[in-house]
Amino acid sequence: MAVMSYLEAIRETLRQELRRDPRIMIYGEDVGVRGGVFRVTEGLQAEFGEDRVMDSPLAEAAIIGTAIGAAVNGLRPVPEIQFADFIFPAANQIIQEAARIRYRSNGDFHVPLVIRAPFGGGVHGALYHSQSVEAFFAHVPGLKVVIPGTPYDAKGLLAAAIQDDDPVLYLEHKAAYRSLKGEVPSERYVIPLGKADVKREGTDVSLITYGLMVSYSLKAAEALAKEGVSVEVVDLRSIRPLDVEAIVATARKTGKVLIVHEDNLTGGVGGEVSALIAEHALFDLDAPIMRLAGPDVPAMPYSPPLEHAFMVTPEKIQQAALKLARF
Amino acid sequence: MADNGLTPELMKEMYYYMVLSRAVDDRMWILNRQGKAPVVYSSNGHEAAQVGSAFALNRGEDWICPYYRDLALVLAYGMSVRDVMLHLLGRAQDPNSGGRQMPAHWGHRQLHILTGGSVVATQDVHATGLALASKVLKDGRVSVAYFGEGSTSQGEFHEALNFAAVHKLPVIFFNENNGYAISVPARKQMAVMDVAARAAGYGMPGVIVDGNDPLKVYEVTREAAERARSGDGPTLIEAKTYRFVPHSSDDDDRAYRSREEVQEWKKRDPLVMFEQRLTEDGILNDDNLTAMRQQIKDLVNDATDFAEQAPLPDPGTLYAEVYGS
Amino acid sequence: MIDVVKMPQLGESVTEGTIGKWLKQVGDPVEKYESLLEVMTDKVNAEVPAPVSGVVAKILVPEGTTVDIGVAICEIAVEGAEGAAAPAGSPAAEAVAVGPAADAGGGAGLAEGRGRYSPAVRRLAEEHGINPAEVAGTGAGGRVTRQDILQAIDSAVPASPPPPAAAPAERAPAATGPAAVLAGAPAVIDEGDTVEPLGAVRKVIAERMVRSKQTVPHAWLMVEADVTGLAGLRERIKDEFKQREGVSLTYLPFMLRAVVEGLRAVPALNAQWNGDSIVAKKRISLGIAAATERGLVVPVIKDADQKNIVGLAKSVRDVVQRARTGRLTLEDLTGGTFTVDNTGAVGTVLTYPIINAPEVAIVTLESIVRRPVVIGDMIGIRSMVNLCLSFDHRVVDGAEAGQFLQVVKKHLEGIGPDASVY
Repeated sequence: MAVMSYLEAIRETLRQELRRDPRIMIYGEDVGVRGGVFRVTEGLQAEFGEDRVMDSPLAEAAIIGTAIGAAVNGLRPVPEIQFADFIFPAANQIIQEAARIRYRSNGDFHVPLVIRAPFGGGVHGALYHSQSVEAFFAHVPGLKVVIPGTPYDAKGLLAAAIQDDDPVLYLEHKAAYRSLKGEVPSERYVIPLGKADVKREGTDVSLITYGLMVSYSLKAAEALAKEGVSVEVVDLRSIRPLDVEAIVATARKTGKVLIVHEDNLTGGVGGEVSALIAEHALFDLDAPIMRLAGPDVPAMPYSPPLEHAFMVTPEKIQQAALKLARF
Repeated sequence: MADNGLTPELMKEMYYYMVLSRAVDDRMWILNRQGKAPVVYSSNGHEAAQVGSAFALNRGEDWICPYYRDLALVLAYGMSVRDVMLHLLGRAQDPNSGGRQMPAHWGHRQLHILTGGSVVATQDVHATGLALASKVLKDGRVSVAYFGEGSTSQGEFHEALNFAAVHKLPVIFFNENNGYAISVPARKQMAVMDVAARAAGYGMPGVIVDGNDPLKVYEVTREAAERARSGDGPTLIEAKTYRFVPHSSDDDDRAYRSREEVQEWKKRDPLVMFEQRLTEDGILNDDNLTAMRQQIKDLVNDATDFAEQAPLPDPGTLYAEVYGS
Repeated sequence: MIDVVKMPQLGESVTEGTIGKWLKQVGDPVEKYESLLEVMTDKVNAEVPAPVSGVVAKILVPEGTTVDIGVAICEIAVEGAEGAAAPAGSPAAEAVAVGPAADAGGGAGLAEGRGRYSPAVRRLAEEHGINPAEVAGTGAGGRVTRQDILQAIDSAVPASPPPPAAAPAERAPAATGPAAVLAGAPAVIDEGDTVEPLGAVRKVIAERMVRSKQTVPHAWLMVEADVTGLAGLRERIKDEFKQREGVSLTYLPFMLRAVVEGLRAVPALNAQWNGDSIVAKKRISLGIAAATERGLVVPVIKDADQKNIVGLAKSVRDVVQRARTGRLTLEDLTGGTFTVDNTGAVGTVLTYPIINAPEVAIVTLESIVRRPVVIGDMIGIRSMVNLCLSFDHRVVDGAEAGQFLQVVKKHLEGIGPDASVY
């Protein structure tokens, strides 16, 4: 088994999938010759040609809208939105078209489509290159939203998304691309969408999280173990559909839950997870459900002190979890 | 008119679909006024543009992406009158949507009619994407987006034309310009006279055609389809026409159009003009016209009764078809 | 016959219409789809066609009058029986929101200390008859934590008497206080003996067993059944079944199916004792006695009569697995109407089960053993099983109990090697 970065795991999965199924096609801004602004698709056009790895005009609604048409006519497109922050011109195509086509045609049509988009902050990207956009899309029935937190999961979830017959938004954390490394099997495997994963078992406090915050939470858990606090870390992996069973199970187990995400606090995934716990595990709760999330400001500022003040860090997670453990 | 591949039999069939569409249209308004159909959108006046273009395509193989004005188009493309009525009345067996969408939101996978939503111009990029797949898979299909001139103010119209031209995709952008987006006249949508003028900016041919003449529409569409199939890329067609009725059964066009203007256009009713021409050419006569009218009347009555008696959707199916798995 | 014409809805948001002009008068003939009147609304002015052919019999609303949609405006006399097509109904059933009701109150702050208890602490204290005020709190500000309560439960029976209030009815598995029923002659503790305080589950089991044995007059019956056909069926299809359904095929689902038949035939056994009345249960939900590391639990298969063998097999696997991994929910443990005990799993051939009160009977499925049996004038080797039934003699008589066992036996014996499991 090879050690790969999160980015390499995604690239190798794309390569493996392009080899496996001739209907798969990648396109977007700069994905061809340049191999993407983050180099995720580097070398793929050289191997598969311009018909299958194509540079498109700079127009997000057209990228997603054409992908919908292409999917209906037999391709399995994997378009890239260069930064998640740029997805909003295509929001109508994603929410009102891709996600509704199966329902509005009563199952006559469906749209096998994976939209890849780098998201998240901590990389000096400022307001329009740092956003977490998942909560907007997690609100939409008909759409699936997947966010891997490790290189291993990045591969299995991407393969699952590509073979899924419904539109999937696959969000990749920019800060994870090169900082996260891990063992990734070379053979193809899929991780079912909608299934969370307990990344670390514990008994005192549960951290429920996803994306880059998985690795940050594991760091916090490691530090807290030295103080005698046993922390369970649950990686949601899919935020639509949510794994209700796993969420309720960890809440019942520890009775103390801290939900961590980088996306804004209000209306974020944390609110939904809290509601599920309140509905299903009230009599097992031993403390208020807590959320640690990005602050309710329009987006992440540029200058380092401001950016740091915005970001959720392992230290902040550790502090919040300790407070909860001592409640 | 030589060499266009149209036999007398095909021209008679074109006329049949135009008359059929008008008859179905009329019945839909009656059902609305009876309180049975909540809302109706007509193709009344657009029949020549729609039927003429449909006949130029490889029906059932080429993809069409219609909008709400396209009743005559989908009938000519193979949708049955019963299917139209099931859709109008929101019945469970409506093949367009199982009773989920508003009337005139066409979609039928088997007939290669792409399902559409209500936000205008979204289908322009879908047609471009269908054509992208045709180019990659080399399936020989052409895709056609149909849209009103109001929707050409939308970004997706321009994005679609640009994308299709850059990648030389086998797609036709077919504009039915009736001069009004509900109440807003074309001069308030654009500062140029013709939608077709847009084509030059994207590097594709823009063609203006009399949308009330089915044979001329047929010819330009056929030419555009040949261009597309031979790898020369997209064409923008602007069919100039007029709608004879309000935008919908909820609209009253007296607020924005003079009766004189409507009457002036009605002199050029495509049904009347085409009937006159085919009669002069000896293709239509009293006998076959009478038979055709009776056939259409029976078909519309049958479809109305069929749909009215068809079951409504079971509320238990509300949660069906959100995801495949 | 008379057809009543109503004000139609002309437009989506329109709620009323004004009669503009009657185009037909009383006595005029009118054809279906022919214009009958003009209606003005704030969105459109439209001619309204006649819904049927006939003669205008009565005009109910004069010109210039505004009425709500659906109000009768005119009557048309229709000749003969040929009326309008029956209008298709519009069962506009309201969409029902799914998901449990969430009415939890406002979240507590993190600054609380003694005197207020979390939901987990309250529940555990109530279930185990512990007064949380007497437990030493180790949380913030001396708060009693869930951990504190669990330790108190584990360490000893609390000194204070249990609170008098019983658990709410719907939380049935919660035990009442461990008080009197557990008392008995004291044990003699010799040197080397170990003394293990009662755990929570053991206390509940003890309390229930004592209550059942002390209050329910148990009577007992047994029959034996020839299940050679069933054994053959299982042997033939078990590998394929496991592969296709992902569940091992045991004898228990067949037994559950047979019990359902028995309860349908003799509903007296699908009942509960209620002090001064007997409750005949409508649903048939079967408790399955399951051994776990922490003791006996009885998860319930709801509406067992609605399931086929495959459904029962999957349900059994599901609840037993969750019982063994401690993931049963309250819902799983309540609502039983009759209990089946698969005692054969521990190798017995004859047992005397204790009734799971307030249910009125319990049946066992003993080990299936091959033994020589007289059939006609011959001796054959057959697969035989004993079925033992304990029943509450206040509610059920011996005849009914025997009849029930006969139905179960007949059903099991009727399963041939080519029966269907679907």
